[in-house]
Amino acid sequence: MMSEEETETAPEKLALDAWHRAHGARMVPFAGYEMPIQYEGIVAEHDWTRAHAGLFDVSHMGQLTLEGPDGDIAAAAEALEALVPGLVSSLKPGRMRYTLLLAEDGGILDDLMVTNTGQHIALVVNGACKWDDIAFLREHLPDDITLTHHEDQALLALQGPEAVDALGELVPAAAELVFMTAGFYDWNGVPLWISRAGYTGEDGFEISVPADHAEKLAAALTEDKRVKPIGLGARDSLRLEAGLPLYGHDLTAEIDPVTAELTFALSKKRREAGGYHGHARISGALSDGAAQKRIGLVLDGRLPAREGSEIFAGDTQVGTVTSGGFSPTLGHPIAMGYVDAAHAEIDTALEVQVRNKRLPARVAKMPFVQHRYFRGS
Amino acid sequence: MSRYYTEDHEWIEVEGEAATVGITDYAQEQLGDIVFVELPDEGAELEKSKDAAVVESVKAASDVYAPITGTVIEANAALEEDPALVNSSPEEDGWFFKLTIADESELEGLMDEAAYKSFVDGL
Repeated sequence: MMSEEETETAPEKLALDAWHRAHGARMVPFAGYEMPIQYEGIVAEHDWTRAHAGLFDVSHMGQLTLEGPDGDIAAAAEALEALVPGLVSSLKPGRMRYTLLLAEDGGILDDLMVTNTGQHIALVVNGACKWDDIAFLREHLPDDITLTHHEDQALLALQGPEAVDALGELVPAAAELVFMTAGFYDWNGVPLWISRAGYTGEDGFEISVPADHAEKLAAALTEDKRVKPIGLGARDSLRLEAGLPLYGHDLTAEIDPVTAELTFALSKKRREAGGYHGHARISGALSDGAAQKRIGLVLDGRLPAREGSEIFAGDTQVGTVTSGGFSPTLGHPIAMGYVDAAHAEIDTALEVQVRNKRLPARVAKMPFVQHRYFRGS
Repeated sequence: MSRYYTEDHEWIEVEGEAATVGITDYAQEQLGDIVFVELPDEGAELEKSKDAAVVESVKAASDVYAPITGTVIEANAALEEDPALVNSSPEEDGWFFKLTIADESELEGLMDEAAYKSFVDGL
């Protein structure tokens, strides 16, 4: 599940490699790095994050910034808008948005967070795609837009209902951020870029820290009894419960944003104005409806349906599971996949083939577990 | 009564004409939290080294192979209700199935406890 990314060379080590091992992590190759898949166990880590606060090392992700001539942010935002369907130029300093990097035909090349930092346009892209993204951006952005890959920055995510209290002990001002806002902070002389966002459905933060200070920060955060290190295994089960797609599985270059049910990422103004890759295909799908749709599935019993399982309506295959597993929070299997639009209605009864069994499944609303983002008091 | 082990981390305990099969503590530790065990039906004919059961952890599905050839006499019904028994008691209450011993000579190629321990230490 987590090791499909074959790499030609030996995986690289994270800045926190020794720290992970000292905390009992089992390390596996993922996205070109040796990554912690678990410490004490996926379910315990999953439950801890939902109840307290989990610290994830997501330094494999690509941290990029764009700048126009003489540090012109507006020029960088406008240039990026040719490749993504979201409004970037209207983002005020400290505001961020989820968007999609689109191929010329409107297929999804990656999903990413874009932020106006006040100094540049910052992107956080998936680790497994970052080198392709960088090449694509360099090819398609005008020559006067400077792209910087911040390989000297580590990225830590602190997620869970107690994340705000734990981070607030170290960086009190960061506790005032609300969901999808970000800012620069100082922690004992160490510059931190902190955003209130994440990939678990919980309230939480992502913290960009110079790699040579990452260990000190991880140690300070986990000194707090509310915080435990959490591996990639629980990151996957948490994001699945939150209904968040995983690039390379639930999203691919063959899928457009409408089929992926990510129309919220298609900024209203830009739906009409266009001017981005794949606009004609996306407009067509918006007006005529997509042939297939991304859906959530809830299964009875305990047997999970994994990626690749075929979805049936009667004797006809109508789709395929793209992510699936056992939900620790709900106590039953859940899955995400694509089905023909005629079978995508909530509560449609379907079946999923797992080995020699047809398991009853029901189309369910996502998120499977409610998001608990902090949008202000 | 004697217990043997395979390189695929199954254990097999021989008691007279029949044997009980499960996975080792090392195997459950590697698999992590087990949420479902698909067991063979009573009467199923199993062939040595072929698929016998499937263990589903939160992470992934893993095959369990038959350590010897034989006919399934009983599957552990307790695992249906509580698959986590495989994590908490892999080599006792978390057994998978009992089967007949079709060919006693198949036991000869298996490891004893000491040999299995040094096999695991070398991994």
